[in-house]
Amino acid sequence: MAENEKKHDPEKEKRKIQAVSRMKEIMTDYYIEAKGAREKGRKVAWITSGGPVEPLIAMDVIPVYPENHGAMIGASKMGAQLCEQAEEMGYSRDLCSYARADIGDAVAKTGPIGGLPEPDMLVCCNNICGTVLKWYETAARFFNVPLFILDTPFIHREFTDSARKYVLAQIYEYISFLETHCGRKMDYERMEEVGRLSVEATQLWQSVLDTCAHKPAPMTAFDAFFHLALIVTLRGTQVTVDYYRQLLDELNDRIDRGIAMVPNEKYRLLWDNLPVWYRTRWLSDKFAGHDAALVADTYTSAWSGMLPEMNGQSFLEAMSETYTKVYINISIDRMFDIVAGMIQKYDVDGMVMHSNRSCKPYSLGQYDLRQMIMDRLGVPTLIIEADMVDERNFSESQIDTRIDAFMETLKS
Amino acid sequence: MITAGIDIGSITAKAALIEDNRLLGTRLQFTGYNAQKAGKSVLEELIAQSGVQREQIALVVSTGYGRNSVDFADKAITEITCHGAGAHFIDPETRFVIDVGGQDSKVIKIDAAGKVLDFAMNDKCAAGTGRFLEVMARAMEADLDDFGEISARADNPASISSICTVFAESEVISLISKGETRENMIAGIHESVASRISAMARRVGVTDPVMMTGGVARNPGVVRALEKKLGVEIRVSAHAQLNGAIGAALLAARMQQAV
Repeated sequence: MAENEKKHDPEKEKRKIQAVSRMKEIMTDYYIEAKGAREKGRKVAWITSGGPVEPLIAMDVIPVYPENHGAMIGASKMGAQLCEQAEEMGYSRDLCSYARADIGDAVAKTGPIGGLPEPDMLVCCNNICGTVLKWYETAARFFNVPLFILDTPFIHREFTDSARKYVLAQIYEYISFLETHCGRKMDYERMEEVGRLSVEATQLWQSVLDTCAHKPAPMTAFDAFFHLALIVTLRGTQVTVDYYRQLLDELNDRIDRGIAMVPNEKYRLLWDNLPVWYRTRWLSDKFAGHDAALVADTYTSAWSGMLPEMNGQSFLEAMSETYTKVYINISIDRMFDIVAGMIQKYDVDGMVMHSNRSCKPYSLGQYDLRQMIMDRLGVPTLIIEADMVDERNFSESQIDTRIDAFMETLKS
Repeated sequence: MITAGIDIGSITAKAALIEDNRLLGTRLQFTGYNAQKAGKSVLEELIAQSGVQREQIALVVSTGYGRNSVDFADKAITEITCHGAGAHFIDPETRFVIDVGGQDSKVIKIDAAGKVLDFAMNDKCAAGTGRFLEVMARAMEADLDDFGEISARADNPASISSICTVFAESEVISLISKGETRENMIAGIHESVASRISAMARRVGVTDPVMMTGGVARNPGVVRALEKKLGVEIRVSAHAQLNGAIGAALLAARMQQAV
């Protein structure tokens, strides 16, 4: 208690985002509801972070995200211990730490919420990586539940017509899979309503991120990492729409009142890849110590990148394109276009790339992307090597020196 | 005006004094387990040896991994920026610095003024560093100082394929048991170090002229292997191990002038 009092800093208090407490409330309610689903006769589906959640919401199935849980494990600094649990079971240390931590926790149930609510079915979309296929197959065997796999082709150049037909056909298969395992028909009117809420939430999320185009930024990417949870887990619900409206109002109010997250913001940086969940505070303080604000990132914006181009299509039709075109399912050239757009929009001075030992599809190509950014845009770019959840892959003094050296070059 | 630079590395602590853009003196000693103590004593020794008074030193800049433990320094600056400044001071033509120290290796691209344009450092692995060579010297029961000379007599450098220092050591031991010559093994070790560093250098893009600094620059075998790999001539700094400390002292002088 005494320590907490010592840390109390009125300036810091003023900069705190008030909506945080509402967010915690929503997430707590959500996990309580998911944990008690079975008693209430509701179904639970585990789904990958980039998977189409809207049909689940429309079918009144509670979506649960092992990856969100992985982030929670990382933030609670329980990553190494649960990863080791999976390693003891025979899983390689080279595997994704979300997969290892979740597999470890599914057996040990020693994580921050004592294990995820067990699934009635699994929905796996490979738009984010190939690991999820084997991970979900393992889970399907372990829990003995049905698994649906949505295969989204990698986009090298364009989203072709054949790809559209291929994915759309699977979306209808996905709906029949849900109908079979829920024992009732999809209500397509409800489906379109969920789709409308999802689009609205995604638009609001983009507006939230866009507030950081303002100088100084009212929040940083470290805040976005936190507020992201709802757009990942509960898009397609009214509560998410309401929450982001509240957050957006608060951020706009901060802009009006001149409240910056980094008090003396001088340098504006763009972050690439997943957060280092167990070191967000350390990294945030580190950059703030250099008067640097991470004003945008490619990770949290990946969910607003999911904003469908409706063009008069139904939500399900638009969905096939949206879910296939996510940030890490596209070529480096397309990634560069997105990054270049962000550099301009947020008026960025430098870029920090997290080469994430766990996330191969996100990290592969970073060196090429870095070269393109430096050569074509002249934006200095730093790569730091770490891992999103497994803190055994984080060397503090190495990263400390890299960040200091990078900031010295930016300042000189 | 006199300024001091202190570079606390993983193995050695270095100090340099600069007076009016002229190198006044340098000092090197082992860091030991207490970086803070090493920083204090290396500067005290240097002061005693150069005959200057502590009060004459206008500003102290610390660098290296122990930079934040030098509590009496006026400012801590990373070794990247210091090595850039140091190399530029030693040879203003330098556009690229390869620094290989005890625990890390780094490459730094600098402009005509010695300002850092880009850099890369090794991470979480001691392959391609001085420590790697130390471990190998122990396995070979050879003196590290003789490594360069011995490797010059190799006729067919052995291939050391393992990236990991510990595994490379067992690889060397198995080569010894197969009767491979010492010359070829040491040359192979140098090539292995050079491969790691050249890959990092290419990532940043080598720009001529190249200067090599750090303790490993004193090993002509590594320098030769690197020259071959990169296809460029490498200039070895006469103050290889002191480059960071010299750069720190220069940056201290620049800070003092700016005041």
